[in-house]
Amino acid sequence: MTEIKIREITYLEAVREAMSQEMRQNEDVFILGEDIGVYGGAFGVTRGMIEEFGPERVRNTPISEAAIAGGAVGAALTGMRPILELQFSDFITIAMDQLVNQAAKTRYMFGGKGKVPMVVRTPAGSGTGAAAQHSQSLEAWMAHIPGLKVVQPSNAYDAKGLLKAAMDDDNPVIFYEHKLLYRTQCNVPEEQYSIPLGKADIKREGKDVTIVATAIMVHKTLEAATELEKEGIDVEIIDPRTIVPLDEEAIIESVKKTGRLIVVHEAVKRGGFGGEIASMIAESEAFDYLDSPIKRLGGLAVPIPYNPTLEKAVVPQVPDIIEAVKETVRFK
Amino acid sequence: MLSTMKLPSHITEKKLKSLYKEMWLIRYFDEKVDQFFAKGMIHGTTHLCVGQEASASGSIGVLQAKDKIISTHRGHGHCIAKEGDVNKMMAELFGRVTGYCKGKGGSMHIADVEKGNLGANGIVGGGIPLAVGAALTSKMKNQGYVVLCFFGDGASNEGSFHEALNLAAIWDLPVVFICENNQYGMSGPVKEMTRIENIAERASAYGIPGKVVDGNDMIEIMNTVHEAVEKAREGNGPALIEMKTYRWKGHSKSDAKKYRTREEETEWRKKDGIKRFKDLLIEEKILSEEEANKLQEEAKKEIEEAVKFAENSPEPPLESLLEDVYA
Repeated sequence: MTEIKIREITYLEAVREAMSQEMRQNEDVFILGEDIGVYGGAFGVTRGMIEEFGPERVRNTPISEAAIAGGAVGAALTGMRPILELQFSDFITIAMDQLVNQAAKTRYMFGGKGKVPMVVRTPAGSGTGAAAQHSQSLEAWMAHIPGLKVVQPSNAYDAKGLLKAAMDDDNPVIFYEHKLLYRTQCNVPEEQYSIPLGKADIKREGKDVTIVATAIMVHKTLEAATELEKEGIDVEIIDPRTIVPLDEEAIIESVKKTGRLIVVHEAVKRGGFGGEIASMIAESEAFDYLDSPIKRLGGLAVPIPYNPTLEKAVVPQVPDIIEAVKETVRFK
Repeated sequence: MLSTMKLPSHITEKKLKSLYKEMWLIRYFDEKVDQFFAKGMIHGTTHLCVGQEASASGSIGVLQAKDKIISTHRGHGHCIAKEGDVNKMMAELFGRVTGYCKGKGGSMHIADVEKGNLGANGIVGGGIPLAVGAALTSKMKNQGYVVLCFFGDGASNEGSFHEALNLAAIWDLPVVFICENNQYGMSGPVKEMTRIENIAERASAYGIPGKVVDGNDMIEIMNTVHEAVEKAREGNGPALIEMKTYRWKGHSKSDAKKYRTREEETEWRKKDGIKRFKDLLIEEKILSEEEANKLQEEAKKEIEEAVKFAENSPEPPLESLLEDVYA
């Protein structure tokens, strides 16, 4: 047996490593995006890659989200496997036609001919003081569109494995990277590995309440669970990792075990993906096992404000999660 | 009015004859579709290219088999010109399982990826960036093909047009942009929607060549597109060619054409690209009157056959509804 080398690296390094390893193996994979060349990307994810792979494969683009998204679709349709770095996930709005009307629909509307193997990597979420147009969490939009897959890794290990799976997938995948997770570290194998899309991870086992949390909320929920444990409340935390496809079974099984469900995400609660998870449980056999109403914690229905105190107050924080759990558990 | 230009030396007489027949295929196909809509035999909507046959046949006629096209929502002519199978096309419009898209795409989404037709598009300007991506593949994989990207005058006011031209220009991609200026973006006259006389002038903003051609003149089209395609193939980057033409029918089936006059329509009908091509081929002794009539008859027959094929084809099974969302 070969020794598996595991070391601590950041989420950002994990994403870069996944791309670099894939590009060394597969000539068809290339990256395009704004400032990803010598600059190394707005968050530094592609730093050093142009030196190794050259400007043809680490392709610096003009600020033209519609053209680069559509360019990726056209390249994918003709045999390449592009990775598009959209500098901020808010800019997805400018590329919307190409992702929603072209990438997602091409295969179906062509009667199954052609495929669009592309990955859109994009930094999402608040907490950096970048305010309303650089801080959104718009994953529910993408999840709403048949034909797209939506990934939200919460740690470096998952980021590397899920990105490998996304790059191997023959469909357009939107890969949301939370900005505040870029510098977080965990143990990551040096070897390539793949985490299948549609497989949730139980981040913490517990018996009193199930919390489904995504992206950065996984960490806040873990923190809340540690606090709640001191009071004798045992929280189970499920990270779906990919919201399309969604591991419904893992969530249903957990709710059947605990009888209680809270969904926590950073995106605006109204019309957010949490509503989908709650409805899925309400429609499933797990509904009969519920001992309390399902609770959703999500962002307030306001644009993300600049002021740090206000910015923090917009999205769920650890005390909010603790309070929600206590209310849920108290319910008789 | 015959073309003032010489017949292109790169095109054989045999090819010229087949292009003449192809123009009739396009004309008859869309005339037939028009009739069926009127009778309620085809549902949804469609955008007919009657009157624009020369820009489809002339442009695509100079391509090699490996070259690719991106079409518009007025794309029946492009599809036929890119070796499209009229049976599969008609079946698609009838919503049948034997259609190009198994009855799920309809008129606006016909594609034939294997033949290099990367698809019609329901979004005005939506296909232009796709053409840039396909051209990028050609360059990165050194495949030597050129992409012809069709769009209308209306699409030239979309952001996607400008972004895509800029991207193709800075990367010297093998793509030739073809603006089929049929004078109207739906009901909007091009003169009211842009301040410039020629859309081709926009090429200069991106540092690429721009040319205006008579979009009903097969010879001028073939010569101009051939030159641009071969330049692109040699690595000299993209070009923008504007074809001044006219759609004889309305924008789509519900169009009463209140925005234009009968006189204008009559004037443009006099410039019919098919008739001009025929007169030229006869004058150059490439075709006799009899041969020309024979080719026209053959085309008509093929379309009749396509209608029979479509009518006799089965509906898609309900079980196929959820197929092909993902690869």
